[in-house]
Amino acid sequence: MNKIGLIIQREYLTRVKNKTFILSTFLLPVVMILFIVGSTFFAIKSREKRKVAVVNDPGFFSSNMKSDSSSVIFDFNAAVDSNNYEAKGYDGILYLPPEGSRQYELRSKKQFGLDSKGYIERQLNKAIESNLLQQRGIEKATLDSISKASDKAVDLNNIVKEQDGKSRQANAGLAYGVGFGSGILIYITMFIFGAMVMRGVAEEKMNRIAEVIVSSCKPFELMMGKIIGIAGVGLTQFLLWIILIFALISSMQFFLPAETIQQMQDAQQTQQNMSGGANNSMALKIMDAKTTLMEGVNWGLIIFCFLFYFLGGYLFYAALFAAIGSVINEDPQEAQSLMLPITMPIIFGFIILTSSLQNPNSPVAVWASLIPFTSSIVMMGRIPFGVPQTVPYWQLGLSMVMLIGGFLVTTWFAGKVYRTGILMYGKKASWKEMAKWAFRK
Amino acid sequence: MQNLLEVRNLKKYFATQKAVDDVSFSIGKGSIFGLLGPNGAGKTTLLRMITGIFYPDQGEIYLNGKPFNPVNDIGDIGYMPEERGLYKKMKIGEQAIYLAQLKGLSRQEAREKIKEWFVKFEMQSWWDKKVEDLSKGMSQKLQFVTTVLHAPDLIILDEPFSGLDPVNANLIKDEIFRMSRLGHTIIFSTHRMEQVEEICDHIVLVNKGKKILDGSVKQVKNDFKEDLFRIEFEDQILPEHTAIHLFNVVSKNDRELVIKKNEDFSTNDILQFFINKGLHIHSFNEILPSLNDIFIRLVEATPKARQFENITA
Repeated sequence: MNKIGLIIQREYLTRVKNKTFILSTFLLPVVMILFIVGSTFFAIKSREKRKVAVVNDPGFFSSNMKSDSSSVIFDFNAAVDSNNYEAKGYDGILYLPPEGSRQYELRSKKQFGLDSKGYIERQLNKAIESNLLQQRGIEKATLDSISKASDKAVDLNNIVKEQDGKSRQANAGLAYGVGFGSGILIYITMFIFGAMVMRGVAEEKMNRIAEVIVSSCKPFELMMGKIIGIAGVGLTQFLLWIILIFALISSMQFFLPAETIQQMQDAQQTQQNMSGGANNSMALKIMDAKTTLMEGVNWGLIIFCFLFYFLGGYLFYAALFAAIGSVINEDPQEAQSLMLPITMPIIFGFIILTSSLQNPNSPVAVWASLIPFTSSIVMMGRIPFGVPQTVPYWQLGLSMVMLIGGFLVTTWFAGKVYRTGILMYGKKASWKEMAKWAFRK
Repeated sequence: MQNLLEVRNLKKYFATQKAVDDVSFSIGKGSIFGLLGPNGAGKTTLLRMITGIFYPDQGEIYLNGKPFNPVNDIGDIGYMPEERGLYKKMKIGEQAIYLAQLKGLSRQEAREKIKEWFVKFEMQSWWDKKVEDLSKGMSQKLQFVTTVLHAPDLIILDEPFSGLDPVNANLIKDEIFRMSRLGHTIIFSTHRMEQVEEICDHIVLVNKGKKILDGSVKQVKNDFKEDLFRIEFEDQILPEHTAIHLFNVVSKNDRELVIKKNEDFSTNDILQFFINKGLHIHSFNEILPSLNDIFIRLVEATPKARQFENITA
């Protein structure tokens, strides 16, 4: 076996056999699922249930306000007043004003949450609206049938015309979810595995094994072996995570009582209604994505691009992280200041990702998805919106070529810095000095 | 004797130092070669060029008569740097196999050789331990094994005895002699002159990047001798015995004299003188300078700490 192969093998095996790796690989999906289930579960459990006595009803409110057993229950016939409503088991008392006044008053000992308050307001508005319509001569039955028919009458479909003339249903929510998910995954892994490369290099330098190894192979082989080995670790972890998450989600449907799942879906439904659908949780998107999995999305392309941009982005930055690892000494603080110029573009890329999910064709999104410093994160946010409708082929191609080119440049630079840095003890180098090393013969 | 390694006009300048400045020497096959010099003299830089870690700015290195090629010839060299290093978390057996494989041995070959060495050094029980479990001396032994495992033509040892107790130091010393007899060439870099005197055939002394001494240990000592002799007598020495222009007395004891011979006379003249005086001579020895003395004398002439300077090369 050649030397770089040996180095890759060692870097890969020592990490994959490590207990921390095994633990994090198996625990993370479990923790993630538990978190999603748990947060939904507690969201249901912790929702306040309020019983409200309504007094001074001029007549039409009782027929037009609906109680919701999971949030607010109205009682129009309670014989209570502001002194004894608590003793009679009510959380609040709602005074309806005489006609013409807008002085609606809710008295309670404990403050009502925003959700409950909003629910009461909506019900009041609806009752008044119905009442006004009825006063203009609309029958109650007609009104009911109208409101029934108009409730969720619209399901807006955005049909995108493809080049071959076929139409395709665009699923913005799904594209958003996939784009955000893969973008953030690349963003996080860049940091995790980049830092792993940096620590590995710094450890070799501090252990003083670097000199022993580079008397057996070229420094560049040692550096690339480490980078590729850790990339393998990352891919392995991804693969295991994907398998585990799908296995857990599928098995969850067997283990959880159907009631709970129903409750969860209901909870999402009401949440969506209340917030107008703008504030969807990630969990919801994943659920959504699963149900509409096969519609209108080119999964082959997305998976290919994800792997490409994961690897490309990782390789682009890993070399730079390796360069930093080679110039620092015992003090881990030293790494901080050197890392700033590397972490800034990554964080910047993430910020652009969030805005480009809203508007995948804004000039910022387009440029950021071409420039290799941010392209791996931002491009993954744009691709799910459609290739070639949103991302033309030339942009995708140019972005990939530039990422490969950028990787070659950073690796060349890092290789030069690494050669010198790995054997230099004492003072840490600045970026300026590193650049000097790189351009020396 | 054929030269295993030949270094010609080697130069390596760093930004603030002429680390190695025009150094040439050659090392015979099977010899034990001492590379000496004060701290910061450029020894490590020199060794790093010989091991292919650094490229020289100028000059040539020949290994076995052919120009040294860092990529292909690296397997013929075993280098134990002064700063020891091993992967702390890796199992010792695995680590030794890995390092041997990097030197070009097959996995099977490596395993067999390591087993042999571990038996020889009584390290069999270490195989599944980690390096972090070893003491400094123990990891030193391990480092030595990994350096010589692939039986390279050229073995470079930088301070191989530091941190070793006398028993283990002897163990390694014996291995050095054994390998030298088998035809392996050894470069031995150290500040410990008594070890050099004991082990090395040939030495080179570098200071401030330049070679200031080159020769066999015997020859160097002869070159620096000061005509000092120690004479022990059976009888009491009397003042009249030393009042003579043949020599100057350096120190005097009851029955022992240390003298510095006058250049114009031979040792026979001195012996003749004492015999004529009727003194019984117990022993007559020349005092050769120790390498330590020579080292100090040569290096003391220059500033003790190396100064930084700006190099425009």
